[in-house]
Amino acid sequence: MKNVANPGECSRSPIPSPAAVGAGNGVAVSLRGLGRRFGPTPVIAGLDLEIPAGQFLALLGPSGCGKTTVLRLIAGLDVPDQGRIGLGEDGRALAYVFQDPCLLPWRRVLDNVALPLELEGVPKAERLSRAHDLLDTVGLGEALDLYPDQLSGGMRMRVSLARALVTRPRLLLLDEPFAALDEFTRQYLDEHLQGLFLDHGMTVVFVTHSMAEAVFLADRVVMLAPRGAGVILDHPVDLSRPRDGPCRVSTAFLAHIQRLSAALIPSQEALAGSGRARIIEV
Amino acid sequence: MKGFRDAVWLPPLLSFLGLTLALEVWLWFADIPSYLLPRPAEVFTALYTEGADLTRAILRTSLAASTGLLVSVIIGVAAAIGLSINDWLRRAFYPYAVFFQTVPIIAIAPLLVIWLGYGLKTIIAVSFIVSVFPIIANTLSGLLSTDPALRDLFRLHRAGTLTTLVKLRIPAALPQFLTGLRIASGLAVIGAIVGEFVADDYRGGGGIGTVVMVAIKELNTPKVFAAVFMAALLGLVFFALVNLLGRLTRRHWHIAETRE
Repeated sequence: MKNVANPGECSRSPIPSPAAVGAGNGVAVSLRGLGRRFGPTPVIAGLDLEIPAGQFLALLGPSGCGKTTVLRLIAGLDVPDQGRIGLGEDGRALAYVFQDPCLLPWRRVLDNVALPLELEGVPKAERLSRAHDLLDTVGLGEALDLYPDQLSGGMRMRVSLARALVTRPRLLLLDEPFAALDEFTRQYLDEHLQGLFLDHGMTVVFVTHSMAEAVFLADRVVMLAPRGAGVILDHPVDLSRPRDGPCRVSTAFLAHIQRLSAALIPSQEALAGSGRARIIEV
Repeated sequence: MKGFRDAVWLPPLLSFLGLTLALEVWLWFADIPSYLLPRPAEVFTALYTEGADLTRAILRTSLAASTGLLVSVIIGVAAAIGLSINDWLRRAFYPYAVFFQTVPIIAIAPLLVIWLGYGLKTIIAVSFIVSVFPIIANTLSGLLSTDPALRDLFRLHRAGTLTTLVKLRIPAALPQFLTGLRIASGLAVIGAIVGEFVADDYRGGGGIGTVVMVAIKELNTPKVFAAVFMAALLGLVFFALVNLLGRLTRRHWHIAETRE
């Protein structure tokens, strides 16, 4: 189900995106009245969010708006103070990609990727062959026997992606995975991630503070306000897939960025008004 | 490559030769008796003539020190793992580990003699007591400072406490353990010598600490210096061996040197 965009032009996809992909692989996520506070200040309060199966959702917002907290709550790494999290059936089949590649330095690339299967008790031959296959798909089939300290930052992140996908997750959670990389590597990995998404069709929640990255990757961008103030904007991105380099400079793409930036203005004013200076990355 | 290596060895060698020569010349002209401060030549003569005795003594001391260090590693690592598993356990028992660090060993060594008698056993015990704390403290801090994201990863994939310990926490603590081992290696040698001061049974002539004590009583100061020289050499060899072990381990495990 891949739509091919005209070169240099990023057309509107004929079908609203969520249904266009996700060949039954993804799992739906539903957040109802979700609240979590650390000390006296709520990080998120009364958050409602429905993520249909197979959707690529980008959570966008400034530092400290609770993006990571939402992700950790969905993953079950943290427990909400209020509200409910509903994961569709087999919702435990989820994977998490951290800000850093978080590889075990004493393990070969292959054994790093096989780690989740190892922890879940998959027999050695099977987990190694599955890890090998995934490394092929992220273009690291030649690097099996290397150690993380012998790889570049972008390659390490690809290993981290492969490790997340090796369990065939139906829900993939990513926490600013490419934030520490240079722009060139980041764009390359964005395209790579899109390819993996189109192939696997899982539900994706992608936390980022980059608008361009959010628009490029997501079917839907949800922008959070600082300090638990909730959703500023719930914006569908109806660009056809696969999106590529020319898409990034198309007028449709830039219009989406413009829309997101415009939504940011009131919240920036609110921030300035509250007397606390904060830098919002746009 | 060869030139580079020469350059590394040359400055300390030259400074050693220069200082020795200066001391020799000064002591030739100064009116200082040999039992107070022997000339370097006398020390070297003692090293040569007493070589057999000194070598025998240093081997005995190194046996005690390496056994003490080995016991420290085994007990220290086991203790660190035990303390790392449970918060309560740690609060309850870590103070006893600190006790090993703060106890004035020279004060309790006679007590050890009462308990264990004169001989190798007591000397090993002293060496152990002096060297165990750095291993416990460093290994424990390594076990507790595992990357939280990696712990999350293990949790997400439902790894149990034991699996997380074996596959994540212990390997991740290796650099800190090696730092502790390096500190402990020097202390183990010191502990063995102190142990010999107090508890040697003089069997087969005793260790290097005993040689020092005996030579002092005989006013054989050149031999004291020779023995101290040998002891320093032993400490250096220990340090170098542990460093080498650390480097090999780090290379094999692909882990970076801890910053110090």
